[in-house]
Amino acid sequence: MSEYLFLVPILPLAGFLINGLLLGRLPRPVVSFVACVPVGLSFLLSVLLFFGLKGLPPDARVLEQVLFPWISSGFLLVNVGFLLDPLSAVMILVVSGVGFVIHLYSIGYMHHDPCFGRYFAYLNLFMFSMLTLVLADNFLFMFVGWEGVGLCSYLLIGFWFEKKSASDAGKKAFIVNRIGDFGFLIGMFIIFWQVGSLDFRVVMEAAPTMFVAGGALITAACILLFMGAIGKSAQIPLYVWLPDAMEGPTPVSALIHAATMVTAGVYMIARSNVLYLLAPDALLVVAIVGALTAIFAATIGLAQNDIKRVLAYSTVSQLGYMFLACGVAAFGAGIFHLMTHAFFKALLFLAAGSVIHAMSGEQDMRKMGGLRRHVPVTYITMLIAALTIVGIPGLSGFFSKDEILWKAFSSPYGHPVLWALGFVTAGLTAFYMFRLIYLTFHGKGRMDADTRKHLHESPKSMTVPLMVLALLSIVGGWIGMPHLFGVTNYFEQWMAPVMSGAGHDAVSHALAAGGGDTGMEVGLMTATVILVLVAILAARKLYGQTPELSTRLREKTPHLHRLLFNKYYVDEIYGAVIVRPLVNMSIFLWKIVDVLIIDGLINGFATLYNDISQTLRAGQTGRVRSYATVFVAGVVALVAYFLLG
Amino acid sequence: MMENEILTLVTFFPTIGVLLLLLVPGDRHDSLRSVSLIIAFITMLFSFLLWAMFDPVANGMQFEVNVPWITSLGISYHVGIDGISLLLILLTTILSVLCILSAWRSIATGVKGFLISILLLETGMIGVFCALDLFLFYVFWEVMLIPMYFLIGVWGGPRKVYAAIKFVLFTMFGSLLMLVAILFMLFEYQKYSGEYSFDLLKIMQMPFAYHAQLWLFAAFGLAFAIKVPLWPFHTWLPDAHVEAPTAASVILAGVLLKMGTYGFIRICLPMFPEATVTFLPYICVLSLIAIIYGALVAMVQKDVKSLVAFSSVSHMGFIMLGMFALNTQGMEGAVLQMINHGISTGALFLIVGMLYERRHTRLIAEFGGIAKVMPFYAAVFMIVTLSSIGLPLTNGFVGEFLILIGVFKFNTVYGIVAASGVVLSACYMLWMFQRVVFGKVTKSENEKLKDVSWRERMVLIPLVVLIFWIGIYPKPFLDRIEPAVKQVLERVSRAKTVEAERRFQIETELPAREAGSVGATGHVAGGENLCWK
Amino acid sequence: MVTIPAFLIVAVVIFGIGAVGVLISRNIIVLFMCVELMLNAANLALIAFSRALNIMDGHAFVFLVLAVAAAEAAVGLAILIAIFRNRETINIDRFDMLKW
Repeated sequence: MSEYLFLVPILPLAGFLINGLLLGRLPRPVVSFVACVPVGLSFLLSVLLFFGLKGLPPDARVLEQVLFPWISSGFLLVNVGFLLDPLSAVMILVVSGVGFVIHLYSIGYMHHDPCFGRYFAYLNLFMFSMLTLVLADNFLFMFVGWEGVGLCSYLLIGFWFEKKSASDAGKKAFIVNRIGDFGFLIGMFIIFWQVGSLDFRVVMEAAPTMFVAGGALITAACILLFMGAIGKSAQIPLYVWLPDAMEGPTPVSALIHAATMVTAGVYMIARSNVLYLLAPDALLVVAIVGALTAIFAATIGLAQNDIKRVLAYSTVSQLGYMFLACGVAAFGAGIFHLMTHAFFKALLFLAAGSVIHAMSGEQDMRKMGGLRRHVPVTYITMLIAALTIVGIPGLSGFFSKDEILWKAFSSPYGHPVLWALGFVTAGLTAFYMFRLIYLTFHGKGRMDADTRKHLHESPKSMTVPLMVLALLSIVGGWIGMPHLFGVTNYFEQWMAPVMSGAGHDAVSHALAAGGGDTGMEVGLMTATVILVLVAILAARKLYGQTPELSTRLREKTPHLHRLLFNKYYVDEIYGAVIVRPLVNMSIFLWKIVDVLIIDGLINGFATLYNDISQTLRAGQTGRVRSYATVFVAGVVALVAYFLLG
Repeated sequence: MMENEILTLVTFFPTIGVLLLLLVPGDRHDSLRSVSLIIAFITMLFSFLLWAMFDPVANGMQFEVNVPWITSLGISYHVGIDGISLLLILLTTILSVLCILSAWRSIATGVKGFLISILLLETGMIGVFCALDLFLFYVFWEVMLIPMYFLIGVWGGPRKVYAAIKFVLFTMFGSLLMLVAILFMLFEYQKYSGEYSFDLLKIMQMPFAYHAQLWLFAAFGLAFAIKVPLWPFHTWLPDAHVEAPTAASVILAGVLLKMGTYGFIRICLPMFPEATVTFLPYICVLSLIAIIYGALVAMVQKDVKSLVAFSSVSHMGFIMLGMFALNTQGMEGAVLQMINHGISTGALFLIVGMLYERRHTRLIAEFGGIAKVMPFYAAVFMIVTLSSIGLPLTNGFVGEFLILIGVFKFNTVYGIVAASGVVLSACYMLWMFQRVVFGKVTKSENEKLKDVSWRERMVLIPLVVLIFWIGIYPKPFLDRIEPAVKQVLERVSRAKTVEAERRFQIETELPAREAGSVGATGHVAGGENLCWK
Repeated sequence: MVTIPAFLIVAVVIFGIGAVGVLISRNIIVLFMCVELMLNAANLALIAFSRALNIMDGHAFVFLVLAVAAAEAAVGLAILIAIFRNRETINIDRFDMLKW
C-alpha cells in the first residue's frame, strides 16, 4: 500500500512537466486533459489510501515510504519520504479533492485566457507542492512543499504579470511568506540540534524527553514555527499579503488562498501538536494571535467593496478561528474547521468567480445587485456557502465553528475572553457575508447597460463544481457532530491517534473531560446562533430592504468607516515603518558607506600615491646637465665623506 | 598510468589549446572559436573522467603527482585533489566551455587574444585548485591574474581600465603579503626540519608557534579575503563585474571568487588552526556584515550586473560564515554553496549578458515586460533567480540550509542574523526580476527582442540541469565533500580544545591575579603568558 | 724626475676642466670633448701609477678606456646626428623628452 504513496504528489508533477516543457505547443483540450487527469488520479489514490488506512487498527494507522536520502551531512540525514497517517490522509483528501474540482472549474473559467497552458502548469505544480507539504515525513521536506506552494502562489498571483498590481502582489506574498519562513527555519534548527533529527515521528517521540516541558527552548521553537504559520496562513501581523493576493485568477484564490495553501500553517501546528503541548506559553500565543486575527479581519471585511477582498478577509478571519482552536489545544477541531472551510470557502470563491465571469470581470459589489435572477445556480450555491460559513445549524460550518468556540471556552488552555472574541467574530462574519449576498444578488442592478446585456449563467464546467462543493458544504460537517447530539464524533475518533501525543494522556483526558458541561455547551451554542441570526437580519435591513440606511450609517461614522475601508492603514504603516527606512538605509549604505567611505578611502590612497609621485617627478627635469650636476655633487659628497669622515 | 597523468592533463590541456590557437590566423574567427571550444570541451571531458575515477570514500589527496622542480629551493610540482578541489575543477571546466560558447557572437574584436586569455585562465584556475606546493600555488594564483586583467581591460565596458587596474592592484596587494608569508614558512620549515620545502602537506606536519600563526593567518587571510571578497574589501568586485565582458564576469563570479574561500579551507584553516580560532569572531562578524550589507546595497542598484555583484558579496558572506562555523554541516554547506554560487551566479551573468547583447544596456529601468517577448528566457531567468534565493529543490537551498543549520549550532545569534539574509535575498532578487521581466513592455526597443537562440539554450540548459540535480539529489556531491571537510575539521577541532583550555586557564588564573597587586592588567598579562612558543 | 704628485695634479686639473665643461656646456659636441678630457685625465693617472709601481695593469686599462672612448664617441656622434636631423639643434637642454 505504502509503495504508491509517492504517486500522490508525483502525478501532478508529471502533469506540470508535460505542460510546462511543451508550453504553448499543445491544444487546449490536451492541456486540460494533461492537467486534470493526474490530479483526479491523485484524488482516487488518496481515497484508496484513505480506505487502506482505515482498514488498519487505529494505533497502526501509519504508512511510510522513503524514496531516497536527500541531504546528509554529518549526522544530519533528511530523506525524501512520505508519511500517511490519519491527519495527512484527511489533508490529501481535501487537497486533491478540492483541487480536482477547482481544476475542472478552471477549464471553463480560464477558457478565454491566452496563457491557458501556463496556468495549468502552475496549478499542477501547486498540487505537487501542497501534497508534498502534507505528506512529507520530516520538517525539512515539508519545508520543500511549504516554499513550493509559496512559489506557486507567487506565480499565480502574478499570473497576469503585465498588470503591475498583480506582480506587486505576487512579490509581496513571496517576501512576507519568507519572513515567516525565516522563523520556521530557526524553529527547525532548534528542534534539530535538540533532538538530532527532523523526522516527524522521531521528533514527536523524543520531544517529551529531549525538551523541558514549558521551557524556554521548546517555547521558542514553537513560537518560531508558528511564525512560519503566521506568514503562510496570513495571521496578524503578516496577513497583509492575502487580500492583495486576490489579483490572481479567481480559481487560484479559491484553491490556494482559501482552501489549501493558507491552511498549511494550521496543518503544521496540528502536525507538531506534541511540541505545542509541551509549550503552553506558545499555545497561548497561538490562541491570542488566532482570536485577534479572527476579529480584526472580520471588522475590515465589513467595509470592503471588492467581492473577492471581502472573501479574502473572511479567509483571514476563519484562519484565525483555526489557530484559536490549535491554541486551545483542540487541534482536531482546527483541522475539522480547516476541512469544512476548504469546502465552503472554495465554494464562495468559485461562486464569486462565477459572478465575476457573469459581470464581465467586474469585482466591485457597488456595481452589482439583483443578480439572483440571472445566475440562479451561482446564487443558490453561494447562499448555501454563506449559510454554512455563518454557522446555521445542520450545515458543516456550524459543527466545526461551534466546536472551536466550545473548546475555546472549555479547554484547559481556553479562556472566556478567547471565546468572546470568537463569538463576536461569528456575528461580524454573518453580517459581512450577508452584506455580500444582499449587495450582489438582491436589490436593483447597478451595472451599466453593456454589462447587463452580457449577464449569463456560467457553463456547466463551472456550475457542476459549485454544486459538488455545495453538497460537501452541507454534509461535510456531519462526520464531526458534537457528543452533545448523542452521536459518535467520527472525525475526532479518526484523528485521535495523531492528536493525543505520546505521554500526554493527562492532556487528552482533560480535553475530553471539558466536554462534560452539557448545559453550558447548549447555552453558548444557542447564543451564537441567535447572534448570527440577528446579524443576518441586520445585514438584510441595511443592504437588502433599505439601502439608504447603510449610506446614512456610513455618513454618521465617517472615521470608523474610513479606518475600516482603508484596512486600519496597516499597509501604509508597514510602508512607512519598514519598507521605506529599509530602502533609505540601503541607499545610504550604497552611496555613503560604499562609494564615499570605502571606495573613497581606496581611491584616496591611489590619489595620495599619485600626488607624491607628481611632487617627486619635479626633480626629474630630463636635462642631462642637471642630472650631471647632481651626480658630481654626489661624488664630491661621497669623496668628502670618505676622506674627511 | 592514467591515474598519475590525468590531473596534469586536465590542468595543461587548455595551454596546449593556446599553442594550437597561435597557429590559427587571427582573422579566421570561427575556426578560432571552434578550436577553443573543442579544447575546452575535451578538458571538460577529462575532468568528468576525473570525477569517475575519484574514490569518494578515500581520505586524503588523490591523483597525487610529486616531481621535483627547482630542487635547490625545495620547489616541486606537487599536485593532487580531494573532494573539494574535484568539484571546483569540474565547475571550472564546465563554466569555461559555457563561457566560450556564450562569447561566440558578443566578442568580435581581438577574438584570438580573448580566447587565449580564457584558456590560459582556465589553466591557472585548475592549477590553483590542484596545487599542493605553495610555490606552485602562488605561480598559478598569479597566472590567473594576467588573463583576467586583459579580459576586463581590453574587452570591457566604458570604465574598463579603471576596473582592470583596481582588480589587479587589490589582488596584487593581497598576493604579495601571501608571498611574504610563503617565504616565511619556507624558512621556518627549514629551521624545523633542516631542508627547504614548499610542500603543503609537509609543512602542515609542522606546528607553527601561535604568534607566527597569527601573522601568517593574517597575511594569507587578507589575500583570500580580498578575493572572496569579504566586506570591506569588496569594492573592486562591482566595478570589475560591471565593466567585464559576460564571459569574464561568469568566470570571475563563478570561479575566481572561490579561490578566496578555497584558500581559506585549503591553507588557512588546516595550517593555522589556533590562529583560526582566534580570528574566528572577527571573520564571522565581517561575513555577517557582508551578508546584510551586500543584500541591502544590491536592492537599490540600478544596473543588473552590479546588483548581481553585490548579491555575490552577500552569498560569499554566507560561504565564509558556514566555513567558519567549524562544524560538518556548516563547512559542507559552504563547499557546496561555492559550487552553487558558481552555477547560479554564473547563470545570472550569462542571462544578463544575453539581454545586454540585445539591448546594449543593463539598466533595470530600461526593461520591463521581457516575459512577453522572451518567454523561454524568462522561464530560465526565473529558475536561476529562485536558485539564487535558495528555494527548496534548487541547489541554493541545500547549501544555504546546511550553512545556516551549522552556523546556528555554532552561534545562535549569528545563525539568526544570517537567516535574515535569506529574506533580504528574496527582496532584491524578486524586485529586480519583477522590474525586468514582468509588467508591460514600455520601451519600443524591447518589443522586437528575439528569444534565446539554440546556442544560448546550449549555454543555459546545462546550468539549469545542475541547479535541479544538486537541489534534488545532492548526495553524490556531499559524499565527495565529506571526507575532505572532516580532515580540515579534525585539525581545527584539536586547536579548538586547546583554545578552550587556554580560556579556562585565563579564567581560573584571573581571580588569583586580581587578588594580588596586578589588578586590572592581569587579564592582558595572563593572555600573553599563555601564547604558545 | 717628475714625481707622482705632479702627474696627479695635472690629471686632477684636466679632470676638473672636463667635469666643469660637462656641467656648464650646452653644446653636445663640447660636452663630448669634455667627457674625453675626463677620460684622458683618468688615463694619465693610470699611466703614472703604472709607471711608478712598475706593473703593466695600468697600461692595459688605458687601452681599454681608449677603445671604449672611441666606441662611445662613435655611437654618441651617431645618436647626435640622428637627434639633429629631428630637432635641428644640438643644445643639450632641449633634449628633455625622456623624462616622460
